[in-house]
Amino acid sequence: MSDQNQNQPEIHGVVAYYDDVDGVMNASRKIRDAGYKKWDAYTPFPVHGIDEAMGTKPTILPWIVLGMGLTGLVVGLSLQYFTNAVDYVFLISGKPDWSLPANIPVTFEIIILFSAYTAFFGMLALNKFPHLSNPLHKLERFKRVTNDRFAICVEAADANFDRARVEKLLGVGAEHIETCPTDTTRAALPIWFHGVAAILTCASFIPLAVAFKGRFATSEKPRYHVWPDMDWQRKRKTQTAWEGFPDGRAMRLPVAGTVAEGELRDDFELYFGVAQGSEVPDKIRYDVAKFGADAGAERPEWLAAFPAAVNVDEAFLERGRQRYTIYCSVCHGKQGNGMGAVAVRANALDAAQWGWVPPKSLLSENAKAYSNGELFHVASNGISTMAGYSGQVTAKDRWAIVAYVRAIQATQGLDQTEAPRDADYKPVPTIESVRVSDSSAAGQ
Amino acid sequence: MTTTDPTASFGGKPLKGQDPRVRPALVEGENETFSTVTEAVARVSEVPVKETNKAWLIGFGVSVTLLGVLGLMLLHLITTGVGVWGNNNPVYWGWPIVNFVFWVGIGHAGTLISAVLFLTRQNWRTGVNRAAEAMTIFAVICAGLFPGVHIGRIWVAYWLFPLPNQMNMWPNFRSPLLWDVFAVSTYASVSLLFWYMGMIPDLATLRDRAINTPRKIAYGIFAMGWTGSSRHWHRYERAYLLLAALAAPLVFSVHSVVSFDFAVSQVPGWHTTIFPPYFVAGAIFSGFAMVLTLMVPARQFFGLKHIITMKHIDVMCRILMATGMMVGYAYMIEFFMAWYGGVQYETFAFVNRAFGNYWWAYWIMVSCNVIFPQIFWSKKMRANLWVVMLVSITTNIGMWFERFVITVTSLSRDFVPSSWGYFSPTYVDMLMFLGSFGLFFTLFLLFLRFLPTVAIAEVKTVMPQAHAHGDHGHGKDGHVDADPTSYGTAGGGGSVAPASKQDA
Repeated sequence: MSDQNQNQPEIHGVVAYYDDVDGVMNASRKIRDAGYKKWDAYTPFPVHGIDEAMGTKPTILPWIVLGMGLTGLVVGLSLQYFTNAVDYVFLISGKPDWSLPANIPVTFEIIILFSAYTAFFGMLALNKFPHLSNPLHKLERFKRVTNDRFAICVEAADANFDRARVEKLLGVGAEHIETCPTDTTRAALPIWFHGVAAILTCASFIPLAVAFKGRFATSEKPRYHVWPDMDWQRKRKTQTAWEGFPDGRAMRLPVAGTVAEGELRDDFELYFGVAQGSEVPDKIRYDVAKFGADAGAERPEWLAAFPAAVNVDEAFLERGRQRYTIYCSVCHGKQGNGMGAVAVRANALDAAQWGWVPPKSLLSENAKAYSNGELFHVASNGISTMAGYSGQVTAKDRWAIVAYVRAIQATQGLDQTEAPRDADYKPVPTIESVRVSDSSAAGQ
Repeated sequence: MTTTDPTASFGGKPLKGQDPRVRPALVEGENETFSTVTEAVARVSEVPVKETNKAWLIGFGVSVTLLGVLGLMLLHLITTGVGVWGNNNPVYWGWPIVNFVFWVGIGHAGTLISAVLFLTRQNWRTGVNRAAEAMTIFAVICAGLFPGVHIGRIWVAYWLFPLPNQMNMWPNFRSPLLWDVFAVSTYASVSLLFWYMGMIPDLATLRDRAINTPRKIAYGIFAMGWTGSSRHWHRYERAYLLLAALAAPLVFSVHSVVSFDFAVSQVPGWHTTIFPPYFVAGAIFSGFAMVLTLMVPARQFFGLKHIITMKHIDVMCRILMATGMMVGYAYMIEFFMAWYGGVQYETFAFVNRAFGNYWWAYWIMVSCNVIFPQIFWSKKMRANLWVVMLVSITTNIGMWFERFVITVTSLSRDFVPSSWGYFSPTYVDMLMFLGSFGLFFTLFLLFLRFLPTVAIAEVKTVMPQAHAHGDHGHGKDGHVDADPTSYGTAGGGGSVAPASKQDA
């Protein structure tokens, strides 16, 4: 630029305009052959063959896109592998944690996504877009380049730039030649813009600050719910009061006489151990009758034998042995002598000083004197400090326990003071022993 | 190769009785220049507000009203819950999914025209590709709306994406519904890039023609400083080619993945391997129908008859007929497989489709999609715009019913007769579907009014003046059927075809 006349404004370059494709192509070849580097042809549409006429090298864009496409392949597969096979494994129908075919669609989409974005944004970056301020845009005539004119601009920044020579080269077939001045106008932003920008910048920090405060500060107030989801619904929960119903309950009771499924219990022998149709005993009244001042006053008609609904056989007895071992033996002992693990431990701690009542031996004459129904009632509802097991053990299983107790009474009841035997000792009651005790109880 | 002078295929009207390989002019008119093409397209967006076309104003008013209806229905849905729809046991996928598949299918023609026809050098696409791409984007917006609100609690829609969250949970990548999220969102964003990128040079044209500052600033920002530099064009064309090559498999993958939503499940009538090609053919079919429905009136109202010519209409009618028959073939094969497979549930599902509770929907579908398009065997009918409009609209109706038939008949009659039911839409279903047309047409009419509706620069490349006649021999490559100046061939600088000097 130093060789330019100082009185003239600095120029960006020389611009020549052509009417048709031939003009711009011919001029391009001349400029290319003259060895210029900083110049360009401007056309309203991509002109076929002009890359060769200008000596433009093929762009590297396809290679960048290929690289990003391969990156997409790796990212897509690793994302799915990490999320679904490592960090949060989905167990669905015993399928493997990682199965490639199911991951192909998403991997494919991610490859396309990465490649397409790269093609677009890569093109923008290589073309240095957005590039809104360009001296050429100041030329009125240049506006026709996006319509129907073809132009060539050789920039003054080119090392070989010589205005006269350039004008001569471009002049052949040119419709018009002009110089493009350097863009010296710098649009000053209005003064209010700075104030508004400062305020908006500060304001943009407010949401961030609020989020940080919410994340790290403590508060006694309940959390603010942006989306209540199902936390608050217009409904009443069970077991709560509500004045909307006359009885003040939020929940409705079943209609009188309603029986839940499986809760009919119309077989008194099976479910209560008493004769059909007689009074159903409960724990309190039973305890009072048994131990109270008027002990023995109201004794239900206990069932002496087993209810018709159960079939007393070897399998039933084995079931009883299992249930007894699980539920009863911890206190009453495997042999039924009242020396279960809990009792042994309580004795060792001298727990009686704290009010401990030792479990009873099932082998005592007192226990043997219970009828089957009464034993069933005790197993179901408990007696004195013992709790009932009707919640844990089904009625038929409680009868199985009764059968098993009868069996060990028949076989192990000889010496109730006998010390506990080896831990692995199992009494071997037989079906005959149950039948014997059955008939002896029935005889009472 | 032929010795016919390729210039015969440009500039003039198609000559009867000539070599059939010589194609008629892509831009019709005796004295068309680059400038008149610019003028024809750009003036549509430059009409002062007061002089806006009446038909446009009425259409826009109706569309915005329907858009408002959609907004109200969405508000009602979000504040109340998805119970306002007719979806219920056993038809959990009702109209929302039908509408989703309907719209996403329509959204396929744009990218197909842009990408597949571009790669196969079908230069007639230049007249309609821009509008078809716009249609794609707006249709995909409508499509995305329905599954978006179908999830019920839309404020947790981000659960669809693999974002770290306080629950330490990740989405299940083996679910076709998640594949759908990736396919549709990729498709939407890539289509948007494709559309926008194609528009950059034309936005620069509008910028340079701008008569007032607001237009200059608005178009100027989105033109990003485009100058028409040949070095920019070089990278631009290469990027456009790459995008087309990427979008072509994408367009086939999207509707295949949509079909997986159905095909991967075990519901009789859904669990079939024919679904991916069947859905893609249906998507192209419905997409071209929608392009015709939109383009036939648009070229009439905006004076673009010489750019969107009868040749375009004719070609699209033929595509409509061809894809319609593919769809018909799929209907046939479905029945064949149901019988040949020998599974009683499948057999029942298809007999029930045609003769069960929803027989009327099935036969509307078959009539609209298979029978009516057969009229296009006749050249006269392809040239009759009323017939073209009518058949394109019935095709749209038929394709909606196809998705209805697939979704609803299959769900309402699944394996266990005790769970059978009958689906009835509510007024919310109907108004939301109607409202989605409001959304679509609002966006499309705004596009027609304010953006370059035809790819101006691209149309210029298929005009005879676009080719150099100089001594170097570029521009005439000896092909009668291929336009020598097409996008994507410039990178090699004349290496695409051997230069011939026959016309010099």
